[in-house]
Amino acid sequence: MTEVPISWFLTLSAVLFALGVAGFLFRRSIITVFMSIELMLNAVNLSFVTFSYQYKQVSGHLFTFFVMVVAAAEAAVGLAIILTVFKNRATLNIDDVDSMKN
Amino acid sequence: MDVILFLIFAIIAVVAAINVVVQTHPISSAVSLIGVMGSLAILYLLLGAEFIAAAQVIVYAGAVMVLFVFVIMLLNAGAEAKRGRSLVVQLLGVPVLLALLGLLAYFVERAFPDSVKVHFGGFTGGSAQAVGRALFTTYLLPFEVTSLLILVAIVGAIVLGRKELD
Repeated sequence: MTEVPISWFLTLSAVLFALGVAGFLFRRSIITVFMSIELMLNAVNLSFVTFSYQYKQVSGHLFTFFVMVVAAAEAAVGLAIILTVFKNRATLNIDDVDSMKN
Repeated sequence: MDVILFLIFAIIAVVAAINVVVQTHPISSAVSLIGVMGSLAILYLLLGAEFIAAAQVIVYAGAVMVLFVFVIMLLNAGAEAKRGRSLVVQLLGVPVLLALLGLLAYFVERAFPDSVKVHFGGFTGGSAQAVGRALFTTYLLPFEVTSLLILVAIVGAIVLGRKELD
């Protein structure tokens, strides 16, 4: 047996996505939360490429490419927001950034 | 051979992803995330996605993570403070997680019967030529819209970086 079942790739993708969700929910550092989002995007990319293999079409690669571009733009804006929050509040804990609560 | 390669890099990816979540220091998380992205690039190569594998290493593991590490260094982000976890979470967390993952693997296995098996070289349509041709014919409009998105992101990042917000 030298061939990998396609379901293994999908299971790996699901596991990585679940770990990203866990990090997003349980972590308190704003930077780590942001990295968890990147982890989820990577997991979805793996699914796209796997389905592209299954149907022998290149479209999945294109979607992965667009996800990468959006993730890069999101990282640039998100990190700028983190810098602004830190400049104004001197904290990276997401529980301390609650000015819209009151 | 393909199975061994898949298992090695899948295990590296999962262990590094767990490390991203459990490490308290952001730099450790960032380095683990680079490990996840690198092993995913190898898996892309196994699936015949050469261009995407290269872009993964250059864009994600290169550009995006450098940005992350740069911001972590700039802000001098320290370790996250430990919070007390309840007894229920400590006792039940890991078993429930494993049960959930087992159930998930079972349903994925059921939903995708192994009609298609992955072996290296089974799909050769992922070269830079094929991706480029699809990108500039079928997906030309999304590609142009993407350039607009990046322009907006650049302007937004500059404005956020300069302005003093209340």
